[in-house]
Amino acid sequence: MSSVYFTKSAARNIFFGGSVFFFLLFLVLTFDTTRKLPKSDHRENLTEEVVRGKHVWETNNCVGCHSLLGEGAYFAPELGNVYTRRGEAFIKVWMQAMPTGAPGRRQMPQFNLTDEQLDDLVAFLKWTSEIDTQGWPPNIEG
Amino acid sequence: MQYQSQLVAKPYFIAAIGLFIAQILFGLIVGAQYVIGDFLFPEIPFNVARMVHTNLLVVWLLFGFMGAAYYLVPEESERELYSPRLAMITFWVFLVTGALTIIGYLAVPYATLAAMTGNDILPTMGREFLEQPLITKVGILLVVVSLLYNVTMTTLMGRKTSITIILLMGLWGLAFFWLFAFYNPANLVLDKYYWWWVIHLWVEGVWELIMAALLAFVLIKVTGVDREVIDKWMYIIIALALITGILGTGHHYYWIGTPGYWQWIGSIFSALEPIPFFVMTLFAFSMVNRRRRDHPNKIATLWALGTAVTAFLGAGVWGFMHTLAPVNYYTHGSQITAAHGHLAFYGAYVMVVLTIISYTMPIMRGRVANSPQAQLWETWSFWLMTVSMVVITLLLTGAGVMQVWLQRISETPMSFMATQDELATFYWLRLVGGVVFFIGLIIYVISFFIKGDVTLLSANNQEGSEKVGIPKADTFKEDIQPTIAEMKVEQDDVPVAQISTSKMEESPVPVETSTQEMPLKDK
Repeated sequence: MSSVYFTKSAARNIFFGGSVFFFLLFLVLTFDTTRKLPKSDHRENLTEEVVRGKHVWETNNCVGCHSLLGEGAYFAPELGNVYTRRGEAFIKVWMQAMPTGAPGRRQMPQFNLTDEQLDDLVAFLKWTSEIDTQGWPPNIEG
Repeated sequence: MQYQSQLVAKPYFIAAIGLFIAQILFGLIVGAQYVIGDFLFPEIPFNVARMVHTNLLVVWLLFGFMGAAYYLVPEESERELYSPRLAMITFWVFLVTGALTIIGYLAVPYATLAAMTGNDILPTMGREFLEQPLITKVGILLVVVSLLYNVTMTTLMGRKTSITIILLMGLWGLAFFWLFAFYNPANLVLDKYYWWWVIHLWVEGVWELIMAALLAFVLIKVTGVDREVIDKWMYIIIALALITGILGTGHHYYWIGTPGYWQWIGSIFSALEPIPFFVMTLFAFSMVNRRRRDHPNKIATLWALGTAVTAFLGAGVWGFMHTLAPVNYYTHGSQITAAHGHLAFYGAYVMVVLTIISYTMPIMRGRVANSPQAQLWETWSFWLMTVSMVVITLLLTGAGVMQVWLQRISETPMSFMATQDELATFYWLRLVGGVVFFIGLIIYVISFFIKGDVTLLSANNQEGSEKVGIPKADTFKEDIQPTIAEMKVEQDDVPVAQISTSKMEESPVPVETSTQEMPLKDK
């Protein structure tokens, strides 16, 4: 690092210049993504039910055990495609039957959701399963 | 320590270590629940324990960063902190907010906590790592703004060094990107897109500035290498970090409903993300090899080297392992992610905070360094924690590879839960690794209470002057030029007082501005 040509101020300029340039480029890409998103996120199907369902999802901290589109915890199954894997009826019955109480097995708490909340949650999971995720997950098991 | 107000860092560091212990205890609970599914159920369900584990990590690292800033900024600025009182008020606000939040997590169901804390007014909760109630999020913002005000004022009124500029940029960036924690659109894809502006642009963006600044500061102190040299390395590292890391955000935009071109952008730029970490490793070793004095605080130097190496492994190598889109297609959201997360957070951020604590705590307790006996305990804790974390990472990687194979690649894919049963051996061994880590942490804490022969700070032995320790014989080799301060030292035991210059930053001959110098015996 003793070169007289590559000085500290040169390094500093690369840092400031490079960071600003790439952050602006990131903003441009974000702008482009924002324009293209309506095609892949099918936001036209964001009903009141789906919005309320996302709220149920969040206020019960589902992501603390499950993953959703691969993000979250890895303790319990992926739920981004659970609607296609299991279907509406299974999801509702499953949630009402929890916890299993099977000794030594991972336990899911009983969240005491109302029928309306269950409908909303299923609507949210259905909407999520229809996002264009570039073909992820690799198979139905998530 | 040159300024009395630097002492406000001490409670921050003590709180950080306290919360670190709690974090690891909850980590052990989570690790146990992976193999004994109903452990502590229903009292502490997995989602609660994990939330406490991750939130405590973030909070104690923030305590560490803040303590570091309150310590470092006065010393670099060569003046007292703008308001030590504000720093202490902020400390208590942060500690109480953090404690109440954790109690809230444990005491009531999450949905109740959300309802109690006004989540219906502005829903921000229930997203990974951003589980905090609205009031806690606001509290974190206020605490960071208070810190920014305090250290920015201190810097503006004092000497401005490259280290403080980068540290401040990192902290301002931390506050800025935190604002995205308050943005939670109903559209899940948009929600995820901007969620990463907090998570990724923190840990693979602005936090790296903080990390580089802290590492540079400690390396200047323990090696005595000229500041100009260290500053240049620091700028190269953070330039590489942001040039690769900002567009590297794209590696999170592969499968969440965003356009396909992110697979190219994310793969290319995040594949380059190991480079700054590799350079950081070269930097740390090169500075220590070229050290101009042997600082008595050996363990702080070890932590600094360990940070660079483990960050390179955890963030660099383990990040690269699953960052290319075709690989990530199979590994996304598997135990590979968990493996990377553990070693990256430990190597980069846990270790850099422990580095700064290791360097500053002895000074704040009136010594140049801890006794060799105490340093021996701390060295044991270094190796126990670091090796066990590497082992945990290897085990989770093994679990992840097997999981991907059984659940995603196989012709007859197994279900998630059936696959988990197959991974039990890995999880059991990981739990053992966690216990060893915890033992290492206990030894770390004990090291603070080991007495022994300590060198006390005195007027002639003023830590912070960048000149503590025994000068090395080959001080003036290569391009390292003697400083003006050193040239004026001509005989033993005569401290040179009050040499200062305002031309520090751009001076052709590096000039030290410290107030007291250790005499050089080999001149």
